[in-house]
Amino acid sequence: MQIKVLGTGCAKCKLLYGEAEKAITASGSPVELTKVERIDEIMKFGVMMTPALVLDGEVKVSGRVPKSAEILSWIMTAAAKTSA
Amino acid sequence: MPSTPSVSQDAHVTSSPAVAAPPPHALSIARISVAALAATVWIFLYATIERMAKWLTYDLFRMAKGERLPSAVEFFLYEAPKVLLLLVLVVFVVGIIRSFFTPERTRRMLAGRREAAGNVLASLLGVVTPFCSCSAVPLFIGFVTTGVPLGVTFSFLISAPMVNEVALVLLLGLFGWKVAGLYLATGLAIAISSGWIIGRLKLERWVEPWVYRTATGPSADTVRPTWNDRLRLGRDAVKEIVGKVWPYLLAGIAVGAGIHGYVPENFMASIMGKGTWWSVPLAVVIGIPMYSNAAGIIPVVQALLGKGAALGTVLAFMMSVIGLSLPEMVILRKVLKLPLIATFAAVVGIGILIVGYLFNILI
Repeated sequence: MQIKVLGTGCAKCKLLYGEAEKAITASGSPVELTKVERIDEIMKFGVMMTPALVLDGEVKVSGRVPKSAEILSWIMTAAAKTSA
Repeated sequence: MPSTPSVSQDAHVTSSPAVAAPPPHALSIARISVAALAATVWIFLYATIERMAKWLTYDLFRMAKGERLPSAVEFFLYEAPKVLLLLVLVVFVVGIIRSFFTPERTRRMLAGRREAAGNVLASLLGVVTPFCSCSAVPLFIGFVTTGVPLGVTFSFLISAPMVNEVALVLLLGLFGWKVAGLYLATGLAIAISSGWIIGRLKLERWVEPWVYRTATGPSADTVRPTWNDRLRLGRDAVKEIVGKVWPYLLAGIAVGAGIHGYVPENFMASIMGKGTWWSVPLAVVIGIPMYSNAAGIIPVVQALLGKGAALGTVLAFMMSVIGLSLPEMVILRKVLKLPLIATFAAVVGIGILIVGYLFNILI
């Protein structure tokens, strides 16, 4: 599983990265977390409000910072889908 | 607002197993009751602050009526809670309204629009679409690469920060609904006309060339929020915006209260009055570098208005503080060449000057 945090280095982008880290630790599953800071890379996802979070290529949230519990629920749902 | 973690549409794993999960689309009874309770408390507080401020000042603190300090104290005890209450309410409601308007949706509505009608629509959407100057660059690229004309994009970029909820609340609370309405109408007029002019000038050559080569992916539509999500978004907006703005606001009202009590009547008439032609341009120039502390400046300006400053000058100052911000121009430099930024600042600046002079002459 892959999570990308999109953002050009704003304060909220760092917050989102932190929440994603927490969620991944809590999930205990192997998730690859990366930052995407280049604007042309961000635009490929069609995102116009940063920060945004992309899970396995799907934009889950943009323009706000979800709590780690919310990110965790996305990870669990995605994990359940892949194992099923 | 309730503090239970809310359940997003596709999330069946929650951290609150004790509560039977409500159907994801419906509003729970608990949430509705909390909202009703909050509304009742709000109305009660709002209805009592004026009497409360009088009682605290003259009965509890035993201050004498008609003197300077008591007059300043009463002003602060009344204005500070009133503006904070209005701010909480409006930011909450606007937070909910904004959950219906994503930038993606706005972009689809604007793509391929003709100018004029497009400028009007973009300016109106700028008021209700969530916007933060930190996202100005991806928003700009997303708009111009998917068929939104440059001038229409500018109408959006001008109206979004200028006609914002914090400004409207401050104007509504401190100046009344007429001034707030004037601000809304003239702000929209500036956004529409400036965007239209920039479109007519055909300035596409001053957009950094890489912008038009950027491949923008298809609209990233995130999960449609439920009503529970929308309430939570409203609550988050209150936490974020009121949390950021309140110290400036209280400081500003405190200074305003001091002016209210101590500065003699008509003191400002010579500096910011109608008669001084240079007061409007000066207000605009001073306003440009000021940004996040706008909330603290407006109460001061309001107090000055009471001492003889002219309304047009005050409006021009307010618009320049939030509509023409230096940090946003620096951010936009990434995608725009300097001549375009200068044109943008000049066109909007002239619009603000016209508004300032117009109100000084009319009122």
